[in-house]
Amino acid sequence: MFHKLIDRKGVSDLLKDDMTIMIGGFLGCGTPETLVDIILEKGVKNLTIICNDTAFADRGLGRLIAAKQVGHVITSHIGTNVETGKQMVEGSIKVDLVPQGTLVERIRCAGAGLGGVLTPTGVGTIVEEGKQKLTVEGIDYLLELPLHAELALIGGSITDKAGNVVYNATTCNFNPIMAMAAKTVIVETKKLVEIGEIQPELVMTPSPLITHIFVSEKS
Amino acid sequence: MIEDTNLAKTIIARRIAREFKDNQLVNLGIGLPTLVANHIPEGIKVIFQSENGIIGMGPAPQPGQENPDITNAGGALVTALPYGCYFDSAMSFALIRGKHVEYTVLGALEVDQEGSLASWIIPGKKVPGMGGAMDLVVGARNVIISTLHTERGKPKILKKCTLPLTAKHVVNMIVTEIAVFRVTPGGLALIEVHKDSSVDEIRANTAADFIVADNLKTMEV
Repeated sequence: MFHKLIDRKGVSDLLKDDMTIMIGGFLGCGTPETLVDIILEKGVKNLTIICNDTAFADRGLGRLIAAKQVGHVITSHIGTNVETGKQMVEGSIKVDLVPQGTLVERIRCAGAGLGGVLTPTGVGTIVEEGKQKLTVEGIDYLLELPLHAELALIGGSITDKAGNVVYNATTCNFNPIMAMAAKTVIVETKKLVEIGEIQPELVMTPSPLITHIFVSEKS
Repeated sequence: MIEDTNLAKTIIARRIAREFKDNQLVNLGIGLPTLVANHIPEGIKVIFQSENGIIGMGPAPQPGQENPDITNAGGALVTALPYGCYFDSAMSFALIRGKHVEYTVLGALEVDQEGSLASWIIPGKKVPGMGGAMDLVVGARNVIISTLHTERGKPKILKKCTLPLTAKHVVNMIVTEIAVFRVTPGGLALIEVHKDSSVDEIRANTAADFIVADNLKTMEV
């Protein structure tokens, strides 16, 4: 009745050059690694990746940067992936550094139907360059705009066949927020269970947000 | 000056650990600030947050107890204490910006007498990114900077930061291996001196202006 399960070929068919993709995870924790494998295999190029950090050259979504498949990355931290810095200096990748709390809130705005968010973070720093500044009740804020994507790849721990997702421990991070901000959302789940096996109160991403379910090949 | 870097870092961590009161929510940055967790005085329970989405973070796991799903903001494996909980990054930064975190302890490339901090970029040389630091220093109720007093003999506490800022006018306290400064609206006040140092030595190694507090104390470490 839900028919959300997707295989490697199904995922691969969704991938295109020049796509904007959000990928969940925090230094690899909670990153859908098999989905990253599939992007590597397909070899699509000039991707725009929205992610908390660029992880490592050999682990997490950082592998896509090492494989030179990314033309633009919007992220809060690149310091753990030598390839990102190297390609940035060479000019082969555009890097937009965004404060982490602002990044997640911009993604949340996109998913929550908001036109932007006012944050005090970045006021008085180079982050405010080119942005609208507003003073509300005597406090200065930057207007930060929503970040949308065509595709979000998220890492779930337990998913039922309807697409309700639970995230274990700190694998949660950006995943449930990104699940709201893209046209197509694929969850790579460590464990797939029958409908009814997840206590409804514990669902962290409601099933209608999930387009496709991919069962992880990683332990 | 205290030449042994490890000893210097231990002094800083021990001193900062004495700032916290029972049940306060604290976020420690990566590197030197992380050491603070090892020196919390007996009888004080500090609740640690890590911005990747955990409150009630415990120490590194015992061998054989590692769980790859429980990490800190530096990507290291950690544990969760029985009262701990997890949440997404939007909640984590709402806690931070929303003034629910009592203290953040961070390192610095430069910090100045106006309480401005530079910690995330050396243009053309090192561009790791700001991660959560900009939100932490803007949002936490108290910002403590932990830093060695000098780097290769050069002062880290300046009149004005030269590198791009993490945030302006946000630092409350600066703790080094020889000195504790409070940032006041009028500038820096030296409030504590390490027993093996002196006001003269601190003056010689600090580029910022500061006043010496009337009730100057010896650093308790």
